[in-house]
Amino acid sequence: MNLADGVQIVSFVVLAAMMLGGALGVVLLDNIVYSAFLLGFVFISMSGMYILLNAAFVAAAQVLIYVGAVNVLILFGIMLVNKRQDFAPVPKAWLGKAATGLVCVGLFVLLGAMVLATPWSLSTLTPIGDGALVAIGKHFFTDFLLPFELASVLLLMAMIGAIVLARRDFLPGELAEPDETVLTLPERPRELVSSKK
Amino acid sequence: MMQLQYFLIVAAALFCIGIYGLVTSRNAIRVLMSIELLLNSVNLNLMAFSNFLDPQGIRGQVFTVFVITIAAAEAAVGLAIVLSIYRNRDTVDMEQFNLLKW
Repeated sequence: MNLADGVQIVSFVVLAAMMLGGALGVVLLDNIVYSAFLLGFVFISMSGMYILLNAAFVAAAQVLIYVGAVNVLILFGIMLVNKRQDFAPVPKAWLGKAATGLVCVGLFVLLGAMVLATPWSLSTLTPIGDGALVAIGKHFFTDFLLPFELASVLLLMAMIGAIVLARRDFLPGELAEPDETVLTLPERPRELVSSKK
Repeated sequence: MMQLQYFLIVAAALFCIGIYGLVTSRNAIRVLMSIELLLNSVNLNLMAFSNFLDPQGIRGQVFTVFVITIAAAEAAVGLAIVLSIYRNRDTVDMEQFNLLKW
């Protein structure tokens, strides 16, 4: 084992430990704000994994899109629905958790056995390395052109859909009434399903 | 020498953690975060295959970029749905989103 391999192994182990620890924190921590920040931590260590796999462009895209957009969006979502409430305990909740944990461990064992037992046909070519950006661009505009265009249409649809779903319904006629509480936004009075019972 | 199997096993572990969080979380936003974990583990699989099995064609990286795109769209729509549900039910508890339950 030469020096480069040792560095690769050590950084892989460190990144894997960061990633799995962060993921466990995301799932298991009680405070959801800590979970969201740990999710960003997981994304950053994932981009480190991509660099280990000779994919600098996708690593940069991972940091930009996941940490910069998705994680910030999730933090905004947490702040918009920031309601401190203790969830009512469900009877036999531990049974569901134990069963889920058992199934997940079993799935992991199954996947691990499959990974270790399969004879992978490893390629002996040298990785393309820094030429990956040019290669990805060629793929996008030749053999993956249709998915590329469909992805842009899908992004437009998702943007419009998110705006339509999350929009508040304003009542323009009632904006000037001063008898409302000062600190609330003018909004159509909603009927809570839980309050009708 | 880095091995393909290391990356695949780490991705499998991340996938299982994501499944566990997806099933057991009570908070709707934590469910969305678990879905992001699942998508990331799939991305890691694709990148590992791209590097070790197809190092010149790198189709796996192209697929990873597509998955990242879909994940961004999914996060936006998912959070909009959670906000809408929160306005209607005044809670983010997954156990109380049961209007369509039998």
